[in-house]
Amino acid sequence: MATSSVSKGCFVFKPDFKKRKISVPIEDYFNKGKNESEDSKLRFETYQLIWQQMKSETERLQEELNKNLFDSLIEFLQKSHSGFQKNSRDWGCQIKLREIPTAALVLGVNVTDHDLTFRSLTEVLQNNVTPYVVSLQAKDCPDMKHFLQKLASQLMDCNVGVQSKEKENVQVTQKKIHYSMDSLSTWYMNVTQKTDPKMPRKKRTPSSQWQSPPVVLILKDMESFTTKVLQDFIIISSQHLHEFPLILIFGIATSPIVIHRLLPHAVSSLLCIELFQSLSCKEHLTTVLDKLLLTTQFPFKLSDKVLQVLTNIFLYHDFSIQNFIKGLQLSLLEHFYSQPLSVLCCNLPEAKRRINFLSDNQCENIRRLPSFRRYVEKQASEKQVALLTNERFLKEETQSLIENLHVYHANYFLVLRCLHQFTSSLPKYPLGRQCAVHFQIRELYCTCLEKSIWDSEEYASALQLLRMLAKDELMAMLQECFKVFKYSSEKQLGNTAKRIEEFLAQFQSLDAEAKEEEEDTSESQSKGLQKTDLYHLQKSLLEMKELRRTSKRQTKFEVLREQLVSFIHSLVREYLLLPDTQPLHEVLYFSAAHTLRQHLNAAPRIALHTALNNPYYYLKNEALRSEEGCIPNVAPDICIAYKLHLECSRLINLVDWSEAFATVVTAAEKMDANSVTSEERNEIIHARFIRAVSELELLGFIKPTKQKTDHVARLTWGGC
Amino acid sequence: MMSKLESEEDKMLEVQFVGDDDVLNHILDREGGAKIKKERAQLLVNTKKIIKKPEYDLEEDDQEVLKDQNYVEVLGRHVQESLKNGSATDGGNKVYSFQTRKHPEKMAKLASELAKTPRKSVSSNLKSDPEITIDIPQCSKGHSASDTVQLKNNDKSEFLSTAPRGLRKRLIVPRFHSDSESEYSASNSEDDEGVAQEYEEDTNEVILSEQIQAQNRVVAAPVCKETPSKKMKRDKTSDLVEEYFEAHSSSKVLTSDRTLQKLKRAKLDQQTLHNLLSKVSPSFSAELKQLNQQYEQLFHKWMLQLHLGFNIVLYGLGSKRDLLERFRTTMLQDCIHVVINGFFPGISVKSILNSITEEVLNHMGTFRSVLDQLDWIVNKFKEESSLELFLLIHNLDSQMLRGDKSQQIIGQLSSLRNIYLIASIDHLNAPLMWDHAKQSLYNWLWYETTTYSHYTEETSYENSLLVKQSGSLPLSSLTHVLRSLTPNARGIFRLLIKYQLDNQDNPSYIGLSFQDFYQQCREAFLVNSDLTLRAQLTEFRDHKLIRTKKGTDGVEYLLIPVDSGTLTDFLEKEEEEF
Repeated sequence: MATSSVSKGCFVFKPDFKKRKISVPIEDYFNKGKNESEDSKLRFETYQLIWQQMKSETERLQEELNKNLFDSLIEFLQKSHSGFQKNSRDWGCQIKLREIPTAALVLGVNVTDHDLTFRSLTEVLQNNVTPYVVSLQAKDCPDMKHFLQKLASQLMDCNVGVQSKEKENVQVTQKKIHYSMDSLSTWYMNVTQKTDPKMPRKKRTPSSQWQSPPVVLILKDMESFTTKVLQDFIIISSQHLHEFPLILIFGIATSPIVIHRLLPHAVSSLLCIELFQSLSCKEHLTTVLDKLLLTTQFPFKLSDKVLQVLTNIFLYHDFSIQNFIKGLQLSLLEHFYSQPLSVLCCNLPEAKRRINFLSDNQCENIRRLPSFRRYVEKQASEKQVALLTNERFLKEETQSLIENLHVYHANYFLVLRCLHQFTSSLPKYPLGRQCAVHFQIRELYCTCLEKSIWDSEEYASALQLLRMLAKDELMAMLQECFKVFKYSSEKQLGNTAKRIEEFLAQFQSLDAEAKEEEEDTSESQSKGLQKTDLYHLQKSLLEMKELRRTSKRQTKFEVLREQLVSFIHSLVREYLLLPDTQPLHEVLYFSAAHTLRQHLNAAPRIALHTALNNPYYYLKNEALRSEEGCIPNVAPDICIAYKLHLECSRLINLVDWSEAFATVVTAAEKMDANSVTSEERNEIIHARFIRAVSELELLGFIKPTKQKTDHVARLTWGGC
Repeated sequence: MMSKLESEEDKMLEVQFVGDDDVLNHILDREGGAKIKKERAQLLVNTKKIIKKPEYDLEEDDQEVLKDQNYVEVLGRHVQESLKNGSATDGGNKVYSFQTRKHPEKMAKLASELAKTPRKSVSSNLKSDPEITIDIPQCSKGHSASDTVQLKNNDKSEFLSTAPRGLRKRLIVPRFHSDSESEYSASNSEDDEGVAQEYEEDTNEVILSEQIQAQNRVVAAPVCKETPSKKMKRDKTSDLVEEYFEAHSSSKVLTSDRTLQKLKRAKLDQQTLHNLLSKVSPSFSAELKQLNQQYEQLFHKWMLQLHLGFNIVLYGLGSKRDLLERFRTTMLQDCIHVVINGFFPGISVKSILNSITEEVLNHMGTFRSVLDQLDWIVNKFKEESSLELFLLIHNLDSQMLRGDKSQQIIGQLSSLRNIYLIASIDHLNAPLMWDHAKQSLYNWLWYETTTYSHYTEETSYENSLLVKQSGSLPLSSLTHVLRSLTPNARGIFRLLIKYQLDNQDNPSYIGLSFQDFYQQCREAFLVNSDLTLRAQLTEFRDHKLIRTKKGTDGVEYLLIPVDSGTLTDFLEKEEEEF
């Protein structure tokens, strides 16, 4: 084989130059993979279109969510730098000048998302505050020398950017100079003075509003910096602060206490720290889901299991939005790759147009969809025949079904939001799944996808709680709901909005009526209290009690509340139907949860164990079929060796092992009636044993040990 | 992982012998449960009943457990789905199940049993154990008994409803326990007992039931030992820990003292091993072929996903080298690609980067550090967007590449848009190499490709346990070098060998001190001054035949870094020649 050698491990293959030019477009891989590739080109294009839209949408969201944080950061930077700017002589300022302004940015444990945040932060700072933004990572700065070198080279790069790369060649030579804080501050003086005269002429970004813009240093992962480097750097730079206006930004993944753990008091007193907290990743996820899935903007939807897999990976493994988006991308790709009808997964007019051009095969595909078959079965017999035989009729029907599906989604999300409004403030969040402080719509969506929500116990108790709410609470909810409905212009739900408005009006009119009622009761009360006779008093009190009970049952408010609750219930019953019940839902919903999990959250150990323990699972040979917990002796050698080694504790005697192996294998061989001499056969069996053992060693089950001669150590523990 | 296991336990528990009594009790129990729910509904309306508050809280706790289980179930579902067939699901269960079997003869016993029943199961020793067959009915009896106790409790709690509030509260607690457990798992005797002990303090009547339970437990205990799935999570984890320390704490390990030398089967060298193995006819070739074909159908999908920014990692038992090689020859003929044998002992990140810079990018310069080189490559690939490179890494988890820095660098390479990485891993703990940051750099898609092919190429480099590999090479080099030397030098070296062989059983032997050596050489008339000796030693050192080490007392010690077997062989050969 060309790729194995005893002298080298890397093999480079370069095709002829001419050949290399013809690069295969990506679509071809999309087409060739499947045998039945209907409309694959169109499908791939749709995939790319939707993915691009989703991607840009998430980026936009990210920016939006970070905006608040960045704004406050910028404000802090400007405020803290103004002291340096004024150069005032008053005592307070002088003291402050000795302290390095520091922003501690608590970003949470989802380290993988930080890069993106820092990148956009750098961009924002460069546009608004200062051109000199440097970000360092712990792994680049094992010691002070590297720290300064990185800092300096990045600073110079910023400078090059500003000064239109005039000293590009100078910079290369500069790289080898040993930097100190002194040289940095002289460099800084040079640069700021040099640019000064040019400033008014060029009139560039607002960043140049100061004569001497600050130098912002971002330490991306503050926790992993060596304490010594950090301390030294802070002490040194605080000495140079008057000529080198440094501002620090610490990226913190854990908690702000870590600053004090890393830096002794003597050092941390040189910092003037202000804390900034980024948005929690859970809320971030909810917004992303809200904007990507709970909307009619993107036709692509996830089934309950897929959504659960993705959110579980997020909540229980990494808290990483990026990973979540990756999962979303993969499910989008899988959907378009595996479902030929996904070609219809686009916006409504386009889908209708595409239906007209569907091939015969695709029509067959539609007929084969389980949801469509269920739909057909419900139709009258003539229509059934027409649907199954007439292509044109089928296409027309499909068009209307797809349209229904889109309408269904529009209504679904409206009602879902409405229900969320009503239940989100209930005590103990009966419809929330995780015990979150704040109950989010994502959880409600999961529950609704999973099962018919009106059958669930939690829903019943939520309604019961709703029946106990006070008027002002109900009205606030109604108002919110009204807003939700108002923003949407769906015809179907138009009268719902009207109903809600009516409810609102009725509640408001209750106020006046309630006052009158109160007067009534007070009158009767005063009447009743006139008598002083004990017997009569008792009687009248009883009467009053009776009266109150009956009147309470009949309070207008309560009647209205009851009406409202049943109205909500009817909405839920009508619109929050399971997606599975909709014909053609397969076109829009991706439901292969297990493939997703296999590719994103695989379990290599289990696969390995299954392969060793139950070879029949992979090799469908009847000889390998066995009862649970055992393997036949014809199994692959490595399985037998593995099974035998499970019987041992920490150390394994190789002799015993090999003999046991030989016993098993010989028993299997006898059946084959081999004609080889026994000596040679033994040799071969020994060789097979050696191979199995060295394979187990490669897999990490055993390792050689010197504790005892001819023994190996087991690296796993426990038996079968 | 643990949690997956748990859910499977739950699933296991559903399959169980249930007696008629049990069914009846279960139904009665359910009624109780329904009533409680009704109570809860009332509670929603009437919040004044503070007495019942704890009940509510408890219910909540239960719900939380439920939620956890929900998650676990999702995980479990996956395992089931991925492993589709029923018997395989138990695979996961057993990765972490434990048993204390320490007898060294056990393996032989198992082997003989395997041999005895050629086509049948091994586990007959487990299945047909008479002890267990008796235990199972007993176990179910135990269950019914404990259920009746629960029933009693239910009655009692209603009966005692006039009792002081504190007592009543306590009585409610176990009822909930029994209720929830009858739903999620067959009732757990140990847990119930814990609750029952609490009872004892309050009411004497319950003592009786406690005794019954204690009895049950004695009966049920061995069953629990045999089928770990019966245990609750808590017991399970504590057992797990205990088992671990049991396996690792005791310094004495009982294994037989037999050694391979007594077996009269000499170590084989690589060549004979290869020859012998070539005589073995491969089994299950049809099935293996089918497996491979299944994987080959994925090639186009892999290419697509690689192009869309994912990287692909293959896992599963068996060498994935041939598969990747086929992928390379079918899909990558027209692309620039680099094949990296991770199992090659001399591989390093440096050499990978070198082959990229020198051979792929035709750069002739040198770099000060690996990081500089990486930066250069990254910039180059970012600038030239038309440049595309496929990296095929066999065994990304090999000894040489599994280091943190290497993984970081490879990860950074793979995160580039126009570098596509497809790699294979084999080691059991390979995924531990990657933290979240690295995983996001790699952006993996996992593919299971169990091939059952032998790791021929991968293990051929390894200094394998039973392969007499180190023998031939050093021996021939020894003879070659020594032949070119003067007889005196040869004598010196032989002296050192003999001394080392004499001391081979001494574990604290660190080498022969220079002074002693000089003395011995003088006595044998081999050298006349320590300078000549030093000159000779330099010669040996240059050929890496000896190693010098400074001892704690500052004296130089000389050692031949070759194992004693080879040295003996060498001496024998020498003797033959002269």
